[in-house]
Amino acid sequence: MAEISLTVNGERTAAQVDPRTLLSDFLRDGLNLTGTHVGCEHGYCGACTVLVDGASARSCLMLAIQADARSVETVESLSVNGAGLHPIQQAFKDCHGLQCGFCTPGLLMSVVELAATNPDCGRDEIREHLSGNVCRCTGYHHIVDAVERALNGVPGRADDS
Amino acid sequence: MKPPRFAYHAPRTLPELLETFNETADEAVVLAGGQSLLPMLNLRLAAPSHVIDLGRVPGLDSIASTNGSVEVGAMVTHYRMETDAVVAASVPLARRAAGYVGYRAIRNRGTVGGSVAHADPAAEWPIVLLALDGEVGLASVRGWRSIAAEDFFESVYTTAKRPDEIVTSLRLSTRCAHRWGFSEFQRRTGDFATVAVAVACAVEAGEICEARVAIAGVADRPMRCREAEAVLVGGSATAAADAAEAASDSVDPISDIHGSSAFRKRLVHAETLRAVRQAFSANEAGARDG
Repeated sequence: MAEISLTVNGERTAAQVDPRTLLSDFLRDGLNLTGTHVGCEHGYCGACTVLVDGASARSCLMLAIQADARSVETVESLSVNGAGLHPIQQAFKDCHGLQCGFCTPGLLMSVVELAATNPDCGRDEIREHLSGNVCRCTGYHHIVDAVERALNGVPGRADDS
Repeated sequence: MKPPRFAYHAPRTLPELLETFNETADEAVVLAGGQSLLPMLNLRLAAPSHVIDLGRVPGLDSIASTNGSVEVGAMVTHYRMETDAVVAASVPLARRAAGYVGYRAIRNRGTVGGSVAHADPAAEWPIVLLALDGEVGLASVRGWRSIAAEDFFESVYTTAKRPDEIVTSLRLSTRCAHRWGFSEFQRRTGDFATVAVAVACAVEAGEICEARVAIAGVADRPMRCREAEAVLVGGSATAAADAAEAASDSVDPISDIHGSSAFRKRLVHAETLRAVRQAFSANEAGARDG
């Protein structure tokens, strides 16, 4: 076992980890942050996407021990204890950008990165940026609508009723 | 699945890294960005006794422009290659190729050194190295050496790197960076290439005096296509179609689940045509005054 010390969602955390523990499992099982979903576990599906020092990363393709002294943000950072939905989450809700919701945490964290690094992008760039997040329900149209709404305030095809 | 048990090492200096690797080399793997290694560990395709993490070793992530070349540290990520100003100015072909690697989350963590050491025959960096007359820098406890890209890639996941050596840097020549093109066919965005083509040309007095064409996805290693290069040297804009024809004729591609040999031959034609047209077009990003 090895001692790691990192910041998760703004809070300093220290823990003992087996070096082979994946960051995804450490977040879910060690810190009970089960918002990070684990799908394919080999880097294809994108459900486990989190931010490491602000940049998106597959938490299933990272050892927890690699996150030592880093800052990790998960989907739980977006809406803290009943403080209401983050604008990106609200846009996903308004535009029906999810159905079963399994892929949503990873998509949201990818969009947080996009909003921080390229907020003025169009639909093609949104699709390119989200190409690493697989959704088997929506067909992606409403996800792109939601991201466009979140980034640019574009009404898209939101159903506000 | 989850990775098997291993002993984890995070050396803090290059000498410590090389010493650790030398002591464990037969049973150790090197962890760079982990975007190929972690899937292999998770799927239990690899079961090393030791994992040596390069992530805490300083000095492996610099990008420096020297006389006639750009030196890239092995731990430089694909995303940095996509966004770095020195790369954009000196070897724009490398910047373009970086954008084809995986997805953003993969590019954020995956490294050029890891990709080159892994030597997937459909990867982008090996053909960029071939097109830009690149060299691979290798270090071990025995010392440092550099090997030409053409001699480095031997077969699928197999390179001329000796068991105790670690890839520490890549050197890309700017001699052929004047005119360049890069084109790739992927089934889905972020997949490995079915076929990818990199073209780099040196221009003197308005004429192409040297051309390098490198192709991924047609053999067990990245290939240079000298037939297409011969067409381009001294050639005019109409040479694009001839070069594409020559490239397609010269390859005898593999067939696999991603595409038949005949399909890949057609792709070599199409992607070579696109890459050469980029290199020739004055209006495209592919042309830089030289």
